[in-house]
Amino acid sequence: MTRALSLKTIALGLALTGGSTAALSTVALADGQDFVTIEKGQYLATAGDCISCHTAPGGKPFAGGRGIMTPFGVIYTPNITPDRETGIGAWTADQFVASMQHGVGKDGELLYPAFPYPFYTKVKRDDLVAIKAYLDTLDPVRSEAKPNGLPFPLNIRTALMGWNMLFFTPGEFKPDPAKSEEFNRGAYLVEGLAHCGACHTPKNMLGGDKSDKVLAGGVLDEWTAPNLGGDLRTGLGGWSTADIVEYLKTGRNAKSAASGPMAEVVYYSTQHMTDADLKAMAVYLKERAPSPAVPAPKPVPAEDPVMKAGLAVYQDNCSACHVSNGQGIARLFPDLKGSAVVQADEVETLVRIVVQGTRAAATKTAPTGPGMPAFDWKLNDVQTAALLTYIRNAWGNAAAPVTADQVKSIRGRLTDTAATP
Amino acid sequence: MAGLPNDPLISRRTLLASTAAAALVGATFGSARGVKARMLSGEVPWAPGMATPPEPLVPNGWLYFTPEESRAVEAIVERLIPGDDLGPSGKDAGCAVFIDRQMAGPYGGAERLYMRPPFVNNASPLFGPQSQLTPAQQYRVALKALDAYCKANHGGKGFANLPGEDRDKVLAAMEKGEPNFEGFGSRPFFNLVLQNTMEGFFADPIYGGNRDMAGWKLIGFPGARYDYRDFIDTVTEPYTLPPVSLMGRAGWTPGR
Amino acid sequence: MARRLPKKDVVIIGLGWTGSLLAHELTDAGLEVVAIERGPWRDTSTDFSPTQDPDELRYGVRLDLFLRPAQETFTLRHNTGQNALPIRWPGAFIVGNGVGGAGVHWNGHTWRFLESDFVLKSHLSQRYGAGAMPEDMQVEDWGITYNDLEPYYDKFEYISGTSGRAGNIKGQLQPGGNPFEGPRSRGYPLPPLKDTAPTALFAKTANEMGYHAFPRPAGNASEAYVNPLGIAMGPCTYCGFCERFGCGNYSKASPQANVLPVLMRKSNFSVRTESEVLHINKDASGTRATGVTFVDTSGQEWEQPADIVLVCAYGLHNVRMMLLSGIGTPYDPKTGEGTVGRNYAYQSAGAAGLLFEGKRFNPFVGAGSLGQCIDDFNGDNFDHTGLGFFGGASITTSNYHGRPIASSANRAPGAPAWGSAWKKQVSSTYQNSSAVAGQGSVYSYRDKYLDLDPVYKDRYGRPLLRMTFDWHENEKKMTRFIAQKCAEIGKAMGAKHVTPRSIPDHFNVVPYQSTHNTGGAIMGSDPKRSAVNRYLQSWDVHNVFVVGASAFPQNAGYNPTGTVGALALMAADAIRNEYLKNPGPLVQA
Repeated sequence: MTRALSLKTIALGLALTGGSTAALSTVALADGQDFVTIEKGQYLATAGDCISCHTAPGGKPFAGGRGIMTPFGVIYTPNITPDRETGIGAWTADQFVASMQHGVGKDGELLYPAFPYPFYTKVKRDDLVAIKAYLDTLDPVRSEAKPNGLPFPLNIRTALMGWNMLFFTPGEFKPDPAKSEEFNRGAYLVEGLAHCGACHTPKNMLGGDKSDKVLAGGVLDEWTAPNLGGDLRTGLGGWSTADIVEYLKTGRNAKSAASGPMAEVVYYSTQHMTDADLKAMAVYLKERAPSPAVPAPKPVPAEDPVMKAGLAVYQDNCSACHVSNGQGIARLFPDLKGSAVVQADEVETLVRIVVQGTRAAATKTAPTGPGMPAFDWKLNDVQTAALLTYIRNAWGNAAAPVTADQVKSIRGRLTDTAATP
Repeated sequence: MAGLPNDPLISRRTLLASTAAAALVGATFGSARGVKARMLSGEVPWAPGMATPPEPLVPNGWLYFTPEESRAVEAIVERLIPGDDLGPSGKDAGCAVFIDRQMAGPYGGAERLYMRPPFVNNASPLFGPQSQLTPAQQYRVALKALDAYCKANHGGKGFANLPGEDRDKVLAAMEKGEPNFEGFGSRPFFNLVLQNTMEGFFADPIYGGNRDMAGWKLIGFPGARYDYRDFIDTVTEPYTLPPVSLMGRAGWTPGR
Repeated sequence: MARRLPKKDVVIIGLGWTGSLLAHELTDAGLEVVAIERGPWRDTSTDFSPTQDPDELRYGVRLDLFLRPAQETFTLRHNTGQNALPIRWPGAFIVGNGVGGAGVHWNGHTWRFLESDFVLKSHLSQRYGAGAMPEDMQVEDWGITYNDLEPYYDKFEYISGTSGRAGNIKGQLQPGGNPFEGPRSRGYPLPPLKDTAPTALFAKTANEMGYHAFPRPAGNASEAYVNPLGIAMGPCTYCGFCERFGCGNYSKASPQANVLPVLMRKSNFSVRTESEVLHINKDASGTRATGVTFVDTSGQEWEQPADIVLVCAYGLHNVRMMLLSGIGTPYDPKTGEGTVGRNYAYQSAGAAGLLFEGKRFNPFVGAGSLGQCIDDFNGDNFDHTGLGFFGGASITTSNYHGRPIASSANRAPGAPAWGSAWKKQVSSTYQNSSAVAGQGSVYSYRDKYLDLDPVYKDRYGRPLLRMTFDWHENEKKMTRFIAQKCAEIGKAMGAKHVTPRSIPDHFNVVPYQSTHNTGGAIMGSDPKRSAVNRYLQSWDVHNVFVVGASAFPQNAGYNPTGTVGALALMAADAIRNEYLKNPGPLVQA
């Protein structure tokens, strides 16, 4: 009922407004093409990284069909090109806004929250209209949606109503008047379009955000999305706002490099954002009230046989890039000392990149895209566990040891990750 | 490779990358290894797990040599590199196994060599080997000739049955090209075996020789390492880390 | 029957150093460029990562990254009276293959040639008289000067991240650098590599003897570096696996490490791998190329039309491609006429092997280009009056590997190669061996040239390239002179055994010597004596550019890659800024 009500409200709202943006954009609205709005929409669509999920590997941009792994099964993204039958060409701006803010389809059907409408609900209506205006300028691609692979009862979309009641709070972003404009702009982006929490906020059993642990780090598709809180050991505590901006702009900084899903975010989205928006996001991340830090465990002592074996593996395999002191080479090989991913409670990323290798994002400003080789043919589970235990507890790092069983279990769950170009 | 998991996904990726290596092996187009020409644009190709690891060693038994040949090769490598207080012999270090695996593979089959006719006999050695025999065939032919030579000159005994000093005499004669071997000369054969024995003694143990890295320990080579930045400023000091194979060393496993 | 592909602006034969540099420049100019590479795709983290790279048998001995003779080889004869025989397995030289080409497995020596090298014929005639050179010596001026090439040397060094110490910046001599080098516009982008024990000993000794030691310019990054394309290199780790190996940690200059990350992501560039160009096609007039024909792995032939054809294969293969395609007139040693195949030259080694006693060199700590050099006996840096030869060598003690299979052959003069006695001394020779080695010039001669072999064919039935080459007296004398100088330094360094080595009576294809084959499609200002003009543009077919060491009129006492890279960038500049505006001959014959 909440939903029905708000839908009505929206319909009303639309009827009443050409809105404040319209006042601005009528100037440019000459022959039905509002370039100011379209350009703004393009920027916002980039900030929202729509293309990443709405493009199948090797497929046409925005034509959908990419499988999104959820804890409950695969969900395939829809076509959001303006094809009238298989895309969203026949959608009105209202229908589009409703889908973004309320998670409903063209005909009011509920959408799966793999589509991050719990974030997009915070996006201002004007911004959403601009995104739709931009999407309408794309080449229409005919591409039917693939059926999703969800088990009962999740395949019954009405089950989502209950989910929404539990985990979904609709409503546009409300700035905090006590904070700076920059902070609020950052918050608007991080909590809204950029939907950082989709990966970086841990999920409960039903896939809803753990509301007490916003941006405290999560696991998705066997990738660890690190804690974006202020903890020195596992969070962003050691990163300055400049570090964060550089990371989002170039894909790497003096401490780390984006790979896996974050490489996609940087490649398709954040590298194209303005420095001002990136700085605003960084300011927000650094200044917001973080969830309480987890106390650091006591490091595994160096004389532990597992640490000794890990040191041997590290010396013989890793130091050529990451250097014997763990500090890597700034902007090329990540610093493992003090690294949040290395010390995170969840070790999915660590196991994954040792087993499969990975490649850092290559961006306009940092085009190298260095690769880490795959070690699956070289290190067994015991050796991999020893290595990971070592890097988590060397050079002043401290984190729980990794067991061979953990490595085996994660290794067995690994799937391919789409690589950025 | 024993004990490593065999994830089908990873294997597939590995295979994809290995097509690069396979392409080079295929001497003719449309090779049986299924290599395909590729068109690459707009990206630097990469996929999870992509790698071109070395071919794993086939354990146990002889793949190419007959039991008699293998005894002869063991008897040769045992004299080219004798066992003593400095370390094991070429035989105990696995050089014969190494040579056997090499003969069974692309090297023995001359897959990478230019093997088109005409073949000119008695060419000057300045122009390099001109034999139409593959290395594997060279071993087969020369080992037979060696056996015949030894039987004729050493009371009916084959090479493997000769005492060490006699084997040394035969090898020294071959080094000078004195015995007349039918089909493949004793001197080129000696050079081939010596070269292959040294390869086996000093190559990574993954290829069957250099067992326990005996060859590397003998000379002080620390193996498949990739970083001496911490050592170069004191480079004439003894290097302290033990030798390591591409597939590791005991120290990689806790408690070993 | 070849199937026809959509036309491109530029087709490049081979994606090594020259191909990738030209592709980068021309795609920046907005052209649609396709490269056709007969070897495989290769990249750092997947094909030569530290997980697999330090494997001497696979890469150093079985030559995994190289062109296999089964695919294509060369035939050789010493003189026109002999029948040439095929090189069935690489020995004297080992040719690259695959994306990155020889740039993947080189050592990284990044030299500039001397000022006098570019005007050799006029320089020698002027200094020693026109009649001083042997009658059959056929050296030429390049048609450019050092100063013409300087900006492109500089550009190549900054793209590839060269470590070194300048000896001459804008005419000002710099302490610790090479005082004989031509003036450079600025210093190297990176400081020199560190020394190891033998290289430091060489530098100290050479300076005490009055020579001028300097660190060898190295394509091994001494520090982390970001090149002008924005691509990052890591610092060299001195792992000792450069020569014959790819670099696993982004510290050795290569197309993969320095160009391809940007080039490959451009929408107007593409590369076809495992695809071999069979020949360049020409229009009916024979003065314009229309593109190339290549064959894929299924045996299907394809025609790739293009407005510009860049021949960017290995130098010898460039010459063969021209001969197979009928571009330019084949050289005839009898008449001295014709240009394609003319002025083939090589590299010569005069050296001294050194065996010390009681040292612990730990030779496995090294880098491809780590070394200390002197240029006191290179080119015409010393007076040749009365010596009976011209040319010279850069003289170096290097520390580029301690590969055990290769090192097992080190031994004292007369020591056994096997058995107990060999075993007793092998650990000592491993730790005590070094060398003082000259990288010597080879000048061109009327009777040394390249053409197509009448007998031996490749897998597609095309004739192999035939090399007619043997050592001449000039180089024999020169390497004996250099070996003597090397031996003097070696003795002063305190080596117990010093073994001078010069080139033998006849060229031997078996032992590895150098992959620096040069000439055959040389540059110059006279279309009767050169195949390409100063911009590497064919005199005969103006939309064909032939880029590589094939353009060297004779070889200098240095490794060629620095000059090859500079020539490629110079040609790119000429195409971008001159040829595109007005396609046609850039130099009027």
